[in-house]
Amino acid sequence: MCAATNTDTLLREEPRHRVLGLIAGRRLRKRAAPYFLVAPAVAAIAAILAYPLCLLAVLSLQHYGIRQLFAHQGVWVGIDNYWSLLGDAAFRAVVLRTLIFTFANVAATLVLGTLIALLMERVLPVLRLVVMAGLVLVWATPVVVAVDMWQWMFDYEFGIVNYALTHAGLGNFIHHSWFDNPIQGFTVIGIVIVWGAIPFVTVTLYAGLTQVPREIVEAAEVDGAGPLQVFRYVTVPVLRPIFVILATLSTIWDFQAFNQVWIMLNARPSADYMVMGVYSFVQAFKVSQYGEGAAIAVVMVVVLLLATAFYIRSYLRQAVGGLEGA
Amino acid sequence: MIGRAWIQRRRPASRQGQAVLWNALAALVFLVMVFPIYWMIATSFKSGRDILSLTPQWFPIHPTLANYEDAWHKPFFLNAVLNSVQVVGTTVLITLALAFLAAVAIARYNFGGRKAFIVLVIGVQMVPLNALIIPIYLLLDGAGQTDRLPGVVVTYLAFVLPFVIWTLRGFIANVPIDLEEQAMIDGCSRGGAFLRILLPLVAPGLVATAIYAFIQAWNEYIVAYVLLPTNENQTLTVWLAGFTTNHGPQWGPLMAAATLTSLPVVAFFIVIQKRVVANLSAGAVKG
Repeated sequence: MCAATNTDTLLREEPRHRVLGLIAGRRLRKRAAPYFLVAPAVAAIAAILAYPLCLLAVLSLQHYGIRQLFAHQGVWVGIDNYWSLLGDAAFRAVVLRTLIFTFANVAATLVLGTLIALLMERVLPVLRLVVMAGLVLVWATPVVVAVDMWQWMFDYEFGIVNYALTHAGLGNFIHHSWFDNPIQGFTVIGIVIVWGAIPFVTVTLYAGLTQVPREIVEAAEVDGAGPLQVFRYVTVPVLRPIFVILATLSTIWDFQAFNQVWIMLNARPSADYMVMGVYSFVQAFKVSQYGEGAAIAVVMVVVLLLATAFYIRSYLRQAVGGLEGA
Repeated sequence: MIGRAWIQRRRPASRQGQAVLWNALAALVFLVMVFPIYWMIATSFKSGRDILSLTPQWFPIHPTLANYEDAWHKPFFLNAVLNSVQVVGTTVLITLALAFLAAVAIARYNFGGRKAFIVLVIGVQMVPLNALIIPIYLLLDGAGQTDRLPGVVVTYLAFVLPFVIWTLRGFIANVPIDLEEQAMIDGCSRGGAFLRILLPLVAPGLVATAIYAFIQAWNEYIVAYVLLPTNENQTLTVWLAGFTTNHGPQWGPLMAAATLTSLPVVAFFIVIQKRVVANLSAGAVKG
């Protein structure tokens, strides 16, 4: 999703396609060739992404429990699963919780990532290299590993966080359990998510910042703009496309968060910790109500589509438009 | 330049102070971000008594490899490593083969349905993959492919394929088509030109995307967790996430195992990240 679409090369290449075709001669084989080339990829994507997506929609209209699992055949119930979700106060709480949690994570990631990227412009090159190397290290850490190490840092008995907070005089955190109170628990899980997401955002934004024309910034400064105004009227407009991409990707990732919640709570999250990804998973694989789990997943997909429709549309238009010449 | 000099002259003292402040802040950012990783590694080299002390020990004063030995001898650790290597290796190889073919098609051919294929490749990346776990599980369960590695490989394959195709397309488009034409004039078939000329020239792209696929497959958790229920068949991340005993988590061996799990990824990631970032920001700013 990162590759640039290069209109120029494609336009230049275009007549060459035909030249090549004439050289190759055998017209029919040439016409069939690209289809043979894409066929395996299309088959894989269709079988494991497109078909399951359709199956998900069908499943959400079925009752599919243990018995149906053995028979490999669901029982049609129409939109009953959705009706029961709609009437379920617990599910409404899950949706609200997921939206708030996603928003908080995305906002924190973008704000901190932007601040660190701006900071990187103002420090010694050596220090910048060191910080970037550290960020790459964080970026490379597998999620499961990240959750394990944060779990250890927030351990109620020997965790270093409790020790540090207590000794910094911020209160008595000895034997403080962070997961008894869901707000504190979600804060810890949010820290894990944001910590893991900051490197991608920072490195990307910093790369974008280096492309902000120096002359415009200087011109603005000469005209008396302060740092905040430079940021608002020069930096932000130039970086807008990157911000949109980062916000969209962060939303997609954080909204379906599962691993961090699940592993952090040792695969036994209480009702207070149900976010949509976890709730759908629990309904399907723990309660064995696959139909209901599928309905929750469908709601997830639809909410995400609505949230990211703007970006997807403009990106598709840009990607396909860039190839229009061919 | 004039403007800049003027500003510097206007407030030299505050500039100096600011620079110190920014650098100190950056150092703090570095410490906060890296500390959890340091703490994991430090803990992995400490003895059990030093780990479970009420006053934390900032450095492993009595370094020991006992935790690594412990983790190594845990049941199913070697199984898990082997499974991960198999799954990841197969996924990467098949992904590269399929993606190269498809990328050649969209970069070098003009065919009906090309645009639809591109829309598919990009659109599919927006689907929240966690939402597909349920139907994929039922699908593979019906085919008798749960608790077997091929089911996981196929799933990973489909998850990484779209991104790899799209990235490789960029690499291929950057190779001048003249080179292939030359080869064909010299008597090479078109397929031969792809294999002998194009393939070696996009090698850097293949390496970068291979590492991407490697990292994704190595780090993946939920699919393997659902599809591979028995201990013998687990991959490393599933094994690591299940690392608890009746006596609560053993932090030392857990941190040692976590360190081992992240080693290959860290190594490969450092190779890949520059290229990915360059691609991303270039595409974004141009748009």
